[in-house]
Amino acid sequence: MTTTDLPEPGKLPDVDVDPSAFRHLADAQVNVELDTGDMVLNIGPQHPATHGTLRLVVRLDGERVIAADPIIGYMHRGYEKLTEFRTYPQITTLINRIDWLSSFANEVPFISAAESLMSIEAPPRAQYIRTILTELSRIATFLLFLGEMGLQVGAITPAFYGFRDREYVLNLIEAVTGGRFHPNFNRIGGLKDDLPWGFIADCRGTMQKVLASCDEFEDLVAGNPIFQARTRSIGIIPAELGAAYGVSGSNLRASGVDWDLRRDGVPYLVYNDLDWKVWTHPDGDSFARYWVRLQETRESARMVLQMLDMLPAGPIMAKVPRIIKVPEGEVFVNTENPLGEMGYYVISKGATGPFRVKIRSASFSNVSILPWLLRGVYIPDIITILAGLYFILGDIDR
Amino acid sequence: MNPVLALDIGWGTTLAIKAVIVLAIVPLTALILGYVFLLKMMSHMQSRLGPMDPGGFHGWYQLLGDGIKFLQKEDIMPAEADRRVFALAPAVVVLSTFLVFVVIPAGPRLVVQPLDVGVFYALAVSSLSVIGVLMAGWASSNKYALLGGLRAAAQLIAYELPLVLAVVGVVVQAGTMNLEGIVHFQQTGELFGWSGIGFPLILTQFIGFALFMVAAQAELTQPPFDMPVAESELVAGYMVEYTGFRFLFFFIGEFGTAFAFAALAATLFLGGWATPWVHGTAADWLGPLVLFTKVMLVAFLMFWARFTYPRFREDQLQAIAWKWLIPIALFNIMLTGVLKVAF
Amino acid sequence: MPDETPEGGPTLTEESAGVLAALQAELGDAIVEHAIAAGDVVVRVKPDAWRRTAQVCKDKLGCDYLSFIAGIDWMPAPLLADEGSGDTSAPVQPREQTYGVAGSAGRYQAFAVVESTRRKATRAILKTDVADDLRVESWVSVYAGADWHEREAWEMYGFVFDGHPSLRHLYLPAEFEGHPLRKDFPLLAREVKPWPGLVDVEPMPGGGDDEEAPAVPE
Repeated sequence: MTTTDLPEPGKLPDVDVDPSAFRHLADAQVNVELDTGDMVLNIGPQHPATHGTLRLVVRLDGERVIAADPIIGYMHRGYEKLTEFRTYPQITTLINRIDWLSSFANEVPFISAAESLMSIEAPPRAQYIRTILTELSRIATFLLFLGEMGLQVGAITPAFYGFRDREYVLNLIEAVTGGRFHPNFNRIGGLKDDLPWGFIADCRGTMQKVLASCDEFEDLVAGNPIFQARTRSIGIIPAELGAAYGVSGSNLRASGVDWDLRRDGVPYLVYNDLDWKVWTHPDGDSFARYWVRLQETRESARMVLQMLDMLPAGPIMAKVPRIIKVPEGEVFVNTENPLGEMGYYVISKGATGPFRVKIRSASFSNVSILPWLLRGVYIPDIITILAGLYFILGDIDR
Repeated sequence: MNPVLALDIGWGTTLAIKAVIVLAIVPLTALILGYVFLLKMMSHMQSRLGPMDPGGFHGWYQLLGDGIKFLQKEDIMPAEADRRVFALAPAVVVLSTFLVFVVIPAGPRLVVQPLDVGVFYALAVSSLSVIGVLMAGWASSNKYALLGGLRAAAQLIAYELPLVLAVVGVVVQAGTMNLEGIVHFQQTGELFGWSGIGFPLILTQFIGFALFMVAAQAELTQPPFDMPVAESELVAGYMVEYTGFRFLFFFIGEFGTAFAFAALAATLFLGGWATPWVHGTAADWLGPLVLFTKVMLVAFLMFWARFTYPRFREDQLQAIAWKWLIPIALFNIMLTGVLKVAF
Repeated sequence: MPDETPEGGPTLTEESAGVLAALQAELGDAIVEHAIAAGDVVVRVKPDAWRRTAQVCKDKLGCDYLSFIAGIDWMPAPLLADEGSGDTSAPVQPREQTYGVAGSAGRYQAFAVVESTRRKATRAILKTDVADDLRVESWVSVYAGADWHEREAWEMYGFVFDGHPSLRHLYLPAEFEGHPLRKDFPLLAREVKPWPGLVDVEPMPGGGDDEEAPAVPE
């Protein structure tokens, strides 16, 4: 069994795999036949590398993984059950906390779904501001990723730079919405408030800083030969298998699939008005995922600069009744969130709250490929792969 | 007859004084190195300030306070741990640090015990720490500690060879293994007839210096070679079950050994305590200061690499040692030998 | 953009119309009903054609990407004690069991969304009825990612997927009893502490009309 052979879909590897099948992956071959028993190691749920409470039970032969089983649910909050007992505005507060690093982006698909069922369209200025804030969330999330992937691979310093640069963007989001995390700023029909005075100039300055820091990361981390040695050819996801598992976002684009919901899905927000590019990388390894997110951060900064120039005047809230009752119907809205594709399937029966909401979160599918991906890798590579997939526990567990 | 103080004190008293000096210097150097580089230099490189409050002036008291804090912590041992081995492991690691300081000269007559095989002795005792690390990894009865201990054993043994071979070039050129003799050789040497700065061996042994720095980095399990202590994987590797004063011993061992290796590098390659224009009694006062400066320079290089680079994977690490460093070191020895005979 | 004709109701997008046509051509009788949900086509297929539908989507429609598989429980939730009080902070759902677009044969349905990464805006929403024995065909042999989605659907609703390698708990501990997303499984938070309803909300500072300026101390 080599890493280029795809297994039967859905069939997990047998734990009685002959470990000598992976010998070819080692740089140094041991010619002495050492017959030792396997070791079962628990990585997590408290571990610095698992980004939260993820538990990976791995069966090891020395330092090589024979089988890995992710155990999730330590942060399961039962969101889908909760949404059946809440009104739409109350649900916006809940879903902020699914992917807490880019919380504004979580609200957008749900609000779009409710607006679609109510046949309400948010005014253009609200659409532009929503897009600006979504892209700012994307930049904030990715700046953190650029820093902390270096940290997971061993370089302590990029993490500090990532957090420092992220602060600039969070200050912007706080200036508009009042909250750094969990802004809860979307309303059905538009936004809660307009932009504060001086925001556009500040935002322009911050985007220049973001572009500069992207250059710094490219030089310091992506250009570092040790980083490249640790991430190239590690955790290659073949494009068809990734799509079958539902891997989305930058992870799939790093495997060469030219697909971005902002451009290729059902049109939403104002992406069609902007001049921007989708970045892909043919390799599909961890380095490709790092590189694609780096380019997407730059692209998002450029998009924000364009939008600041094109911002229309006008109201930020459409005419909406005081008590929101969404007519009967079903709708599925999915958007390109920083972590991948996030979707809400909303079933409404005309009440003030939905009948059923299915939350499709990106990290759930991204992590489901781990049993396949982690076979035959070394322990340090597990950490690199987890860091490269970039999931958030709230997004997996909901 | 004591050479420095010109007093006649007995053999036992001399031994006691020497023991006290070594025991005091090691934690002191660990403290200084830890504060200057780990707390301050790392912070400034990461665009933050580091400790500022403790002690008033830029937090100089931080590590002392940390040390006292460690000393008063509860002595916790895992239930399944091998009690005696668990307790002895930090002692073994620190012991090797103390023993290295015994031969390092700080002045023409300021050395705890001058040995004719100084270089050989220093490198030999520094490898005792491997045993301590393995003891810690096994006795902790923790799979992460075991992984860390095994990685450490493989790494430390692999990088002993480049370390030793790098120094052989120096020994060949200086013609002696005695550290005093090597310093003297550099102090009285001449560069094309000019004796202004003596003849620091780094000028001809630059390959050896580079190898020594890389191998020392690996011996100290510092990034980019910190697989045994990989923070994002094994948390603290073989040290993960250690708390309180036992962890303090490991910490002192790590930074004390860093100082020791930096001092060795300074002595072997940069001329140690010697400056060519100062001789005699004045050198006894100036020597330690000069050595300290050179040590700080070398340590700066080591810690700078520590904070910048990600870590190598274990197999990449081994490949570097066996496939690259050892052949280069052998080549360096051959070249040195040929050139020594030719010139 | 989905066309919304004012008098005819919602219509399909061009891509969705293509999806519907292809599905009808391939599945024929297996399609029980189809409907439109905001421009997307929702197709309900017979339970014994569930896996065949997946295969058709993957091979003939080019839908290589599995978004999710989940379940729906159409039974209205049991009345909670505080409903009917006029409290606008808790939603009141209709008491009769109605079904959404594309209808349903009974209480339970399994539904899935598949998308194409190669064609723009091409996706299909598929539904199937789940009979009382709660058995559904598994999609694991078609889409590898169905593994975890079906584990979650089993855990939350109790659907048993034929052909799934190991249906075990995903989110909940192994000893958990019950299937939480079913409507008759109570929301335990409400059992423990009743919903407080609309609580008096204080106005924002400086927001009241008749607020006086604070007295300046002498």
